[in-house]
Amino acid sequence: MLNTSYSAAAQLRADMPLFTGPNWDYGSLRRVYEAIERIAFDELGLDIYPVQIEVITSEQMLDAYSSVGLPLMYHHWSFGKRFAYHETLYRKGLQGLAYEIVINSNPVICYIMEENSMTMQTLVLAHAAFGHNHFFKNNYLFRQWTDADGILDYLSFARDYVAKCEERYGLEAVERVLDAAHALKEHGVNRYAHRSRPNLAEETRRAEERRIHAETTYNDLWRTVPKLANDEDDLDDEEKLHEEMSRQLGLPEENLLYFIEKRAPRLEDWQRELIRIVRNISQYFYPQKQLQLMNEGCATFCHYEIMNRLHDRGLITEGSMLEFLHSHSSVIFQPGFDDPRFSGFNPYALGFAMMSDIRRICEKPTGEDRDFFPEIAGCGDPFGVLRDAWANYRDESFILQYLTPRVIRDFRLFHVADDSSKPSLRVEAIHDELGYRRIRSALSRQYDLSRREPDIQVVDVDLTGDRCLVLAHYVHDGVLLDEKTCRSVLRYTAYLWGYSVKLLEIEAATDNTLKTYEAEGK
Amino acid sequence: MNIVDRRANPKGKSLSNRQRFLGRARAEVKSAVQEALRKRKVADVEHGEKVAIPTRGITEPIFHHNRRTGKTDLVVPGNKEYVRGDEIPRPTGGEGQGGREGSPDGGGEDAFEFTLTRDEFLDMFFEDLELPDLVKKTLKDTTAVDLQRAGYTVTGSPSNLSIPRTMRLSMARRISLKRPKLSDLEALREQLEEARANDDEAESERIARELERQERRSKIIPYIDPIDVRYRRFDRVPRPNTEAVMFCLMDVSGSMTEAMKDLAKRFFMLLHIFLTRRYRHVDVVFVRHTSTAEEVDEETFFYSRETGGTVVSTALEKMLEIARARYSTDRWNIYGAQASDGDNYGADSSRCVSLLGGEVLPLCQYFAYVEVGDNMGGSLTGLSRDSDLWRAYNEVAPAHPHFAMRRVGDPSQIFTVFHELFAKGGVRA
Repeated sequence: MLNTSYSAAAQLRADMPLFTGPNWDYGSLRRVYEAIERIAFDELGLDIYPVQIEVITSEQMLDAYSSVGLPLMYHHWSFGKRFAYHETLYRKGLQGLAYEIVINSNPVICYIMEENSMTMQTLVLAHAAFGHNHFFKNNYLFRQWTDADGILDYLSFARDYVAKCEERYGLEAVERVLDAAHALKEHGVNRYAHRSRPNLAEETRRAEERRIHAETTYNDLWRTVPKLANDEDDLDDEEKLHEEMSRQLGLPEENLLYFIEKRAPRLEDWQRELIRIVRNISQYFYPQKQLQLMNEGCATFCHYEIMNRLHDRGLITEGSMLEFLHSHSSVIFQPGFDDPRFSGFNPYALGFAMMSDIRRICEKPTGEDRDFFPEIAGCGDPFGVLRDAWANYRDESFILQYLTPRVIRDFRLFHVADDSSKPSLRVEAIHDELGYRRIRSALSRQYDLSRREPDIQVVDVDLTGDRCLVLAHYVHDGVLLDEKTCRSVLRYTAYLWGYSVKLLEIEAATDNTLKTYEAEGK
Repeated sequence: MNIVDRRANPKGKSLSNRQRFLGRARAEVKSAVQEALRKRKVADVEHGEKVAIPTRGITEPIFHHNRRTGKTDLVVPGNKEYVRGDEIPRPTGGEGQGGREGSPDGGGEDAFEFTLTRDEFLDMFFEDLELPDLVKKTLKDTTAVDLQRAGYTVTGSPSNLSIPRTMRLSMARRISLKRPKLSDLEALREQLEEARANDDEAESERIARELERQERRSKIIPYIDPIDVRYRRFDRVPRPNTEAVMFCLMDVSGSMTEAMKDLAKRFFMLLHIFLTRRYRHVDVVFVRHTSTAEEVDEETFFYSRETGGTVVSTALEKMLEIARARYSTDRWNIYGAQASDGDNYGADSSRCVSLLGGEVLPLCQYFAYVEVGDNMGGSLTGLSRDSDLWRAYNEVAPAHPHFAMRRVGDPSQIFTVFHELFAKGGVRA
C-alpha cells in the first residue's frame, strides 16, 4: 500500500522540514509518525500499543461523539439525542469539533479528521497516538480494569445482541430495559477488584495449614480459661436467618446493576444480558472518569514536548510551529471562576501545568521545591518521574502528591467552604504558605470519584415478605440526593426489580435516617 | 502503524438512533411542529424546521447530589482579591459558581433544541392524514403489474442469471469435489521439470502420474456445471391502480380581500404539498374563477392577481368539462376542493347546488368546501350570518356523506381545518 522509503529520505535530510503547507497526504503522515516515534521512544521513553490511524469526515466525528466516543455502539435513542445536541451546537458554530478521538483498544484506534491541516495532524499524532496511547497502556487503573484487546469485539457483540433482542422482543421492551439500566449505570461498576475465589484444592490446603498451626501452638491452658457468653447466642433465630440471608446475597452490595442482574426475581435472561452489557460498558469507562486530568495532561505534555523537539530539529517550519502554539494555547486556556466561560477546571490546563512543573522541579528546583519534593527535586530525570506518575497515580492521588505551590500560585487557586446552613460562603485558604496544603487536599477530594458520586448500596431485600429492595444512600457532610432525579431513578429501579424499592438517606456518621423515598413495583 | 481511510464508509451511522430519538420525543416534537407551523408562512413549510422541545420525555436521570444541601468544599481558580476568612455572599440564581458543573448527562437545559430535516418535518405534520377512499374504486380494475423478487430458480432467461449465486455454488462444488486449482497443477509441472532436470527417474515418474491424475480430475470436474446455475426469480403481483386527480377550485374575484386570498392559498398550498408528498401519482388541476373560470398552472394559481365578478358555477362547470375530457371515472379517482368567500352572483347559487348535487358529487370520491372570511371563525356575528353559498351547499350536504364543509377565518385555523378534513378515518361535516 504505502511504501516506507520515506523514512530513509527523511533521515538523509534531517534539516529539511517533514512537510510544508497546510495540506496533508499519506506520505507526510507516515513521515511525521516515524519522526515522532523516534523522539517518543528514544528520548521520552514512551511505551505504546500499536496504532491504527483512521481518517474520518466531520460528520463521522459527530457520529462518534454521539456514541460516547466508541467506534461501535448498540442503538438507543439517547445517542440520537446526543447527536442532535452536538450537531446543533456545531452547526450554530458554538462548538468546534475535537481534532481527534482515540479509543483505548489494542491496537489503539486514533481518528483524525480530514479537515485538519498537516500541522494539526502532527499535533494529533503526538497527542493521541503517543500521549494518550502511552497512558492507556501504562496506567494502573487501565491495566487493572480495561481489557484493551477485547473491547471492540465486546462492543460488536453488544450491538448485535441488542439488535437481536429488538427483533425478537420489540423495540419498546428493549428500550425500557436499557433506559432503566442507563439510569443506574454509574452504580453498575465494581469499585474494587474482587478477591479471586479460591478453588477447592486451595481451600483444603489452607484448612490443613490452619490445623497444623493450631496443633503446633496448642496450649492446654486455654481450655481452662472461662468462656465469655457467646455473642451468637444473643441473636434469636430470626435475626440469625436474616444475617445468613444477607451473607448469601452478598449484601451490602454497591454494584446495583450487578445485584439486579443476578438477583432480580422477575427478569428474563435476555433482560439480564442487556443489563450486563450496560454494566460492562460502564465499567470500561470507570477508569477514564478517574483519570481525566492525568490522561489529558499526559497527552498535552507529550505533544508539547514532541512538537518543540521537532521544531528544534528543523523538522517543522516556523509557520507550523506558530499554528501549533496558537491551538496549544487555546487548548490549555483556563478561565477564572468569575469568567462567564468558566465551567470547572480545564483538565488539559491543570494537567499540563502540573506535569510541566514536575519537569521544572526535576531540572531547576528552588528552595521551596526542595522542601515540598525532596525526593525528586533536582534529580535530573524528569521523564522517569513523569512516567512513574503516569503509571501509578490517578487524578485524586496525583494532585495530592504533586500539586506544587507554584501551580497553586499560577492558577491563583482558593478554597471556599459552602455550608448550606450559613448565609454566605467562606474563603478557607488562598495561595499562601498556610494555604498550599489545604488547597491541595481539598482539590484532591474534589477529584475523588467516591465523593463526587453518591454512595448508594443495596442493604436489604425482604425475600420472605413483599420482596422490597432497600437501598441506602450514605450521606456525608449532609449532602442529600437531588429529589426529582432520585424519584425517577427509583421508578426505573423498581421496573427492573419488579417489586417496590425503598431508598433511605442515612447519615454515615450517626446512622440516622434522614429521608425515605419509595417507588412501587408494578 | 496503519492508516485506514474511513471517509467512504456509509454515512448516517446514527440515523437509526435519530429515528428512535424522534419516536421517543414524538408527542413533544409534534406539538412543537404545529406550533412552528402556526407562526410561519406556508411557502416556508417545505423547509426543515428548528424545533425546541421540552426535555420531559427525554431526560436521562441518574442519582446525583443536591448541591444546595450540606457542606461542600470547593477549589476554584482565578482568585483576585480574596484572603483567608473572607465571606462571600452566596451567589444568587440558585446554583452558585461551583455548581455550574451542570447535570452529568448534559441535560438540564429547559428546552432541547435541534433541527428537523424537511422530510422529518413534513412526516410529522402529515403523519395521520390520508386522502379518503383512495383505493376503493380502483381495486375493481387492476391492470398494472409489479415484479417482485422471489428467490432463485434453476431455469430462467440469461438476463436473469445471478452470477454471485452461481459462482458460490460452483465454488462449493469445486471445493467439495477437490478439483485441483490451476496453481496446484502449475506447481506439479514445475516439480516435474525440476525432477527431470535432476535426472531423478523415480520421482519424475511419480510426479508425472500424479500430474496426469490431477489433470484428468480437473477435466472431469467442470469449473461451472449446469447444476450450479441459478436465475433470479420474479413474482408478478397485481398493483392496485391508485391514480387520482385533485381539482383545486379557488375564487379570485374582487370580493375576496387579499387576506382571504392568502388564506385560500395557504390551504391549497398545504393541500398541494400533502398530495405531492403522499401520493406519487396524483394529478392536480388548478381552476380559478371570477365570473369566468380557467385552468391555470400552479405558479399562476398561487401567485398571480385577478379581479372581477363572481360566478361560482363556472368553476364547477370547468371542473366537469376537464374531468370528462381527461379523467374518466373508471380509471381515475376524482377529488375536489373549493375555496371561496361565500359570495356569489344572485341566482347562481341554485345552479351551483344542482351542479354540485347532480353532477359533481356523483363523480367525486370526496369534495371539500372551505369558506374563508375575515376572522369569521372567531366572531359570533360572522358565524351567525351564513353566506349565500354556505346556505346553498348546506342543502346538499346531508345527502352526500363524502362532502365536507369548513370555515376558516384566521391563518392559525388552517392547520386544524386541514387536519379535520383529511384525518384518517375522516371527520365528515
